Amino acid sequence: MAVTVEEIKKSIIDILLGFDDTIDPESIKEDVPFREQLELDSMDMLDIVLALRQRYRLPIHESDYVHLQTMKSTVEYLLPLLNKAE
Amino acid sequence: MKPRDDSERIVITGVGLTAPNGNNLAEYRQALLNGVSGVVPYEVRYFGKTLAGLCNCDVTKYRSRREVRRGTRAGSIAAFCVGEAIADSGLDWESFPKDSVGVYIGVTEHGNVETENEIYQIKQYDYDCAYWSHHHNPRTVANNPAGEVTLSFGVTGPHYTLGAACAAGNAGIIQGVQQLRLGEVDLAFAGGVSESVHTFGIFAAFHAQGALARHDDPTKASRPFDVDRNGIVVSEGGCVYVLERLSDAKKRGAKIYGEILGYGMNSDATDFVLPNAERQAQCVRKALRNAGLAPEDIDIVNTHATATHAGDAIEIQALRDVFADAKKTYINNTKSFIGHAMGAAGVLELAGNLPSFNDGVVHPTINVDNLDPECEIRNLVMNKPLEVGSVRTILNNSFGMVGINAVTIVGKYEGD
Repeated sequence: MAVTVEEIKKSIIDILLGFDDTIDPESIKEDVPFREQLELDSMDMLDIVLALRQRYRLPIHESDYVHLQTMKSTVEYLLPLLNKAE
Repeated sequence: MKPRDDSERIVITGVGLTAPNGNNLAEYRQALLNGVSGVVPYEVRYFGKTLAGLCNCDVTKYRSRREVRRGTRAGSIAAFCVGEAIADSGLDWESFPKDSVGVYIGVTEHGNVETENEIYQIKQYDYDCAYWSHHHNPRTVANNPAGEVTLSFGVTGPHYTLGAACAAGNAGIIQGVQQLRLGEVDLAFAGGVSESVHTFGIFAAFHAQGALARHDDPTKASRPFDVDRNGIVVSEGGCVYVLERLSDAKKRGAKIYGEILGYGMNSDATDFVLPNAERQAQCVRKALRNAGLAPEDIDIVNTHATATHAGDAIEIQALRDVFADAKKTYINNTKSFIGHAMGAAGVLELAGNLPSFNDGVVHPTINVDNLDPECEIRNLVMNKPLEVGSVRTILNNSFGMVGINAVTIVGKYEGD
């Protein structure tokens, strides 16, 4: 079954809530980098990468980290990869 | 001995702690006087059901949730203790020069908790290193717990841990005293922490050694000196002291818990595990010499005894030798309440006795139903607190594996 955009967003929100359960999921802006709106630093970004790897058992290479900056770019990056894996 | 100048006299002006039976000195002391144990049933990965002393301090009191998540349990315990110690000290921390502060934290071991967790995680991914955590290095570097304190409190002076097995807490104090006397820092956060209950390895290894305590009633499991003692209860804990020069403490009108009168450290050089009574006695005498005191001058000896068969008897042998003529020296033990808090043991146990300077009471060693003849010693305070009137000096023993001994002597500060 295909993985949907909503499912990917929910996964990302779950990961972010794992960092900080006071985050309001409704307030996350699609186009603004996570680091800017959620005060995340480089270690947090690596946490996101590791959590996505573990959740989807997906190899994410360092050169692709650039795609994981915003909600929108992360979904756009993951959607074809996850559906290809299916 | 030539009297030390106030700038060379080091005093305790703040105490922050978390123990299995209390999260501040007043609570903890009350538990020790009321016979309240902190040992509970516990289960740990792979090893299964056992007993342990666990702490329930609020680790987010002085650091953010993010810092707690990113750091280690040892780092969070250390940060809690430092926050409490600062608050207790009455220091104007905001304006205190942070580059003149040193952080010296004793640890029995560090990194095992993270490594065990990470190996467990990576096993779920067939040991594929792509799933290994980038947190491994910053969490397992040996300075981690002390470094996390600097991050949480903006300390820019030196920080490091003292790896000294179960003598580490006392080693932390000694390092703080020395660095203050050298003029390297003007304020020291010195003490010890332990997160060891979160590894299965420590339980399995003590069990393999025949040295892990078991008892149907967890509160009776840690029983130093009792003939039926059967080993160690592993515990979590932390205790950090604010140390400063007496001259500085006087200048700011600080409350003074006591003065570090002397210390001694040495090595057995005889066995990986078994302690050595002769070396322990030498270490105690070294501390007495350093303090310019005789055995008869010590009011309380707080023993290291962990409730192992060999260890307790060996320590008593050393104390019988040194304190043979000290008729007014009382002996007690704190592990009987809280178990063995490893890197925090020496400092937590000393803290539990500091209030004796004010209340004149010696807390007991509990759970002695039948005293082992090999552990008999004059003035062993058993099962009930003993009011002795005046307490002016406490000698605190801490001994660790691979043969490391550290003894501190603290005196009541009675002004000039």
